[in-house]
Amino acid sequence: MARKLPMYKAISEAIEQEMSRDKSIFVMGEDVGKYGGIFGATTGLLDKFGSERVKDTPISESAFIGAALGAASKRMRPIVELMFVDFFGVAMDQIYNHIAKAHYMSNGQVKMPVVIMTAMGGGYSDAAQHSQCLYGLFAHVPGLKVVIPSNSYDAKGLMISAIRDDNPVMYFFHKGLMGLGWITPLEDAIKEVPEEEYTVPIGKANVAREGSDITIVAVAKMVHEALWAANELEKENINPEVIDLRSLVPLDKETILKSVKKTGRLLVVDEDYRSYGLSSEILATISEEIGNNLKSLPRRLAYPDIPVPYSRALEKHVLPDKEKIIKIVKEMLE
Amino acid sequence: MLMSEISKNTLLSMYKTMIKIRTYEETLGKIYYEGKTPVFDIAAGPIPGELHLSSGQESSAVGICVHLKPEDAVIGTHRAHHFAIAKGVDLNKMTCEIFGKATGLSRGKGGHMHLFDANVNFSCSGIVGASFPQAIGAGIASKMQGKDYVAVAVGGDGAANQGTFHESLNLAALWRLPVIFVIEDNKWAISVAKDKSTAISKNSERAKAYGIPGVSVDGEDVIAVYEVAKEAVERARRGEGPSLIEVKVSRLRGHFEGDPQLYRPKKDFELAKAKDPIPKFEKKLLEKEFINEEEMAKVKQDIEKEIQGVIEIARSSPYPEPEEALENVFAGGD
Repeated sequence: MARKLPMYKAISEAIEQEMSRDKSIFVMGEDVGKYGGIFGATTGLLDKFGSERVKDTPISESAFIGAALGAASKRMRPIVELMFVDFFGVAMDQIYNHIAKAHYMSNGQVKMPVVIMTAMGGGYSDAAQHSQCLYGLFAHVPGLKVVIPSNSYDAKGLMISAIRDDNPVMYFFHKGLMGLGWITPLEDAIKEVPEEEYTVPIGKANVAREGSDITIVAVAKMVHEALWAANELEKENINPEVIDLRSLVPLDKETILKSVKKTGRLLVVDEDYRSYGLSSEILATISEEIGNNLKSLPRRLAYPDIPVPYSRALEKHVLPDKEKIIKIVKEMLE
Repeated sequence: MLMSEISKNTLLSMYKTMIKIRTYEETLGKIYYEGKTPVFDIAAGPIPGELHLSSGQESSAVGICVHLKPEDAVIGTHRAHHFAIAKGVDLNKMTCEIFGKATGLSRGKGGHMHLFDANVNFSCSGIVGASFPQAIGAGIASKMQGKDYVAVAVGGDGAANQGTFHESLNLAALWRLPVIFVIEDNKWAISVAKDKSTAISKNSERAKAYGIPGVSVDGEDVIAVYEVAKEAVERARRGEGPSLIEVKVSRLRGHFEGDPQLYRPKKDFELAKAKDPIPKFEKKLLEKEFINEEEMAKVKQDIEKEIQGVIEIARSSPYPEPEEALENVFAGGD
């Protein structure tokens, strides 16, 4: 049976069901126990499974993320949370030099079924060290799968897929989509979620809106901005197709290509920094394949290459949003 | 512990392993320069890249690993051949890996600093201080699975100044994990002397800060290492938590091969040679009449032959197909 759930409950329900199924799954991180995760992703798990399987850790990110590797190499399936993606600097070595490479360097002798989940995204004046997305950094490193749900249905299915995957999966959730009491909830992210377990495949994009005039590619909150923009544009007889990537690695190139072949136009909307990131990757990938057959130059709307400013007026100015999308789409269709 | 309390068979087996390590390292030390003379080119010859040899540090690996079973995890450093051999890593496959051959542990994807042998739960890393968190994870797994296997994390004296070391000691102590932290103090972090990087003379004292036992032992005496390691391993198996062992060892060669060691005073090198653990052990074994001069020569001869055989296999084995470079980034296909 399906009922509407906010994303944080969908994620914690996925983990709960998987932990009930498989004893080798456990959770570690800061405030994942009694608090249930600062963003609610581990709500209720401590009560159900106890402190052996839901471990509050000291603020020692290298230690507990490296521990995930050690546990995985001994046939456990750890899920670790590192509160904000902004905090990963202190633990990066264990991720990009070890967890991401162990399978390759051991030529498959060592499997790394590790889920690393973290919060990303701004828009609520948390400034430069608590508002970044940074998924591009992780997608750049070979050996990590990267998934980013935009709604609660995908959140549950992607989490179950991530837990069952024998590879390390970086699982990003956007704070503004979690449906928390203390950040204005985004109703469109609260979907009907089946009570039973199901998977959303990693590496498969979702055509969130079918259209014919332009393909807008996005993830997380930007999917909703793109959908809102599309609804407005429709009133002016412009019909965008919106693709929710859901996974950056592996990237569902086929779905994007198919769409752009149909529409002839490509816009990538990206809340991560502009340079050397998701937006440039998609533009390059599509241009390499069908760059000669586009009706207009491909464009991107990304976060500019600046640290995230604090003041509401400043942040609003630089965050990609519905209005900015509408403006660019119109320019591209002129 | 008196030497008489250890069986003759165990002592002779330890002796043979020490000779095997020394012979292996000195043999690789010669082969390394093939193709690298008269002009040294790190990329040339049958063993390309960096090579960190462990001659002089045998007692640490042998005195500890003699207490370990295949299911116990050992996570070594960039200088890890001695631990690999003592842990029972397949020497043919290990050598082929160091030669970059298709018959290697990882079919040439890992190399000398990244040796993985899942059969005996051995791995190592080229990043200083990376082993400690990973041992935490194996310790967690042991506890959660209700097993009595232990994890050994090895680091040099330089690694004891890394954050990972302190994070991991704290976490292992907090969760009473079956982990043995080993600091091999060879007095040098590449060119920086220990007394120029740490204000205390014994890293074992750092254990006090975390409420766990810490012992410093002179690696000149493999029996002394055996003794402290026995206590630490048994304690961990009994579920009484982690220990820290500092082994004072001698670095008989450069940090890496090709290191001119201009930073190292001549008398330090002489001191290191004087503290070589092998002659001291030989003297003891002769005194106890566990072995005579003739038998000793035979042991060395047999091992020399064995190592030559291993080298022959590595030399004559094929390189991997170049296209294999693109395989095995992910489990279950790329």
